[in-house]
Amino acid sequence: MKEAVIQTEKLTKRFGDFIATNEITFEVYAGEIFGFLGANGAGKTTAMKMLCGLSAPSSGSATIAGFDIYRQTEEIKRNIGYMSQKFSLYEDLTVLENIRFFGGIYGLSDRRLKEKSALLIDTLGMKNEVKKLVGSLPLGWKQKLAFSVAILHDPKIVFLDEPTGGVDPVTRRQFWDLIYAAADSGITIFVTTHYMDEAEYCNRISMMVDGVIKALDTPANLKKQFAAASMDEVFFELARGAVRNE
Amino acid sequence: MVTLNNIVKTYNKGEIKAVNNVSFTVKEGELFGLIGPDGAGKTSIFRILTTLLLPDSGNASVNGWDVMRDYKSIRSHVGYMPGKFSLYQDLSVEENLNFFASVFNTTVRENYDLIKDIYVQIEPFRNRRAGKLSGGMKQKLALCCALIHRPKVLFLDEPTTGVDAVSRKEFWEMLKRLKQQGITILVSTPYMDEASLCERIALIQNGRIMSVDTPSTIIQGFPEALFAVKTNHMSRLLHDLRSNALVKSCYSFGEFHHITFAEDPGIAKDELVRWLQEQGHQQVELRPITPTIEDCFIELMTSHA
Repeated sequence: MKEAVIQTEKLTKRFGDFIATNEITFEVYAGEIFGFLGANGAGKTTAMKMLCGLSAPSSGSATIAGFDIYRQTEEIKRNIGYMSQKFSLYEDLTVLENIRFFGGIYGLSDRRLKEKSALLIDTLGMKNEVKKLVGSLPLGWKQKLAFSVAILHDPKIVFLDEPTGGVDPVTRRQFWDLIYAAADSGITIFVTTHYMDEAEYCNRISMMVDGVIKALDTPANLKKQFAAASMDEVFFELARGAVRNE
Repeated sequence: MVTLNNIVKTYNKGEIKAVNNVSFTVKEGELFGLIGPDGAGKTSIFRILTTLLLPDSGNASVNGWDVMRDYKSIRSHVGYMPGKFSLYQDLSVEENLNFFASVFNTTVRENYDLIKDIYVQIEPFRNRRAGKLSGGMKQKLALCCALIHRPKVLFLDEPTTGVDAVSRKEFWEMLKRLKQQGITILVSTPYMDEASLCERIALIQNGRIMSVDTPSTIIQGFPEALFAVKTNHMSRLLHDLRSNALVKSCYSFGEFHHITFAEDPGIAKDELVRWLQEQGHQQVELRPITPTIEDCFIELMTSHA
């Protein structure tokens, strides 16, 4: 039996008359790379905010890393990592200062923080950059650093919101190498992307349209189900019928 | 229609070379794409061509007007849609459009035929404030405002960034229709798959143009035979391929990994399949493929580095 680290049951968020996320039910398994896809305005961000314990659901239930989405939001936050294209690191702090700051926030001991930051800098090959301001680094480096910082505290799950937007094709692939390595070490990856080739790198994918999950399966099975040659075609097939546009 | 000669732009007292000796031309009526990641220098080039930024050296012209000397003529004859939404958030859709029309000494009615296709899609929201529109609607309004004075050249800086695959497709169809009306379009994008929708493209990285040509010519210029490989264990396959001396380059690409060979692929490919099977890979699939623009970009990036 696979262990589910995210489990939702009819999870719903309403804003007045508008149902942003409409009774979504799904599971994400430990160590899995789960792609959370959908058109603009499909309700992905709203769903993600709930899963991270940042926004209370209107109805339904969910457990994240074993914690209840209504009552244990603080525990959820301590056991997840989060990274997005927009919010990453403090641009006017150096690489090392950022690592120490976020390590401190997550309550890592001094010794552990020292070990972790040495390992992180070594893995990323950033020895010569530790004293540079994050703002002066190329975007690709920032994103790789932001990801490594997001998993500094060995979270059970890491949420990645369009982590590779605008990144060059070589760095984009290096970023996925980091994702694979994190998944191999047992961290569950929950990722959104607009790049359909990246959808292929996920173990399973959910496709959200107008607030509901329209399809959920492995990329291979989804292509079979929709008689599509690529994930691009699957996406078109599903999103074409969308009524909402943000 | 648009010409750049050895344009250089630096920031931080020369420390950051944003645009490094860039030259290319966009022909009249052409749909030309500037393809490259964030930080490649795309926006600096747009700002120089729209006379919002002065180059350190080099010269550039738009419709024969020099970007420094004739900036006034350029400003009244080009349309510019910046990457960041730059309309008045607290004016309504209709007010924004009327405002930009009157700034350019024209009226919405005069050029309505040009924007009609796009405007009808946002017309139901014409009284809504621009700041309250969805991303897709903002994009359409910005395009209408950039077109309202019937510009000779349209500059679109990353109009599809952060937009989903379906809306992106719609947007490119709008561009094709504008091109048919004779407007020259220079558009930038970080999405390599959009390159094939342009007539000619420039691939740009770290402020340098790596290649300028039609997408098909760039693809034909790919210097090696490219193969796609797939087995039942993709992440292990990547490590295995990279450790094998027969393989020159290897990177993931959707459901396949793309590789080139260090030796004659005719012989090496059978040898590699055998070796992969020995390593315990099952359902080994290896076949020659035509490169995409993204493959070309990766090749250029690694050979330039």
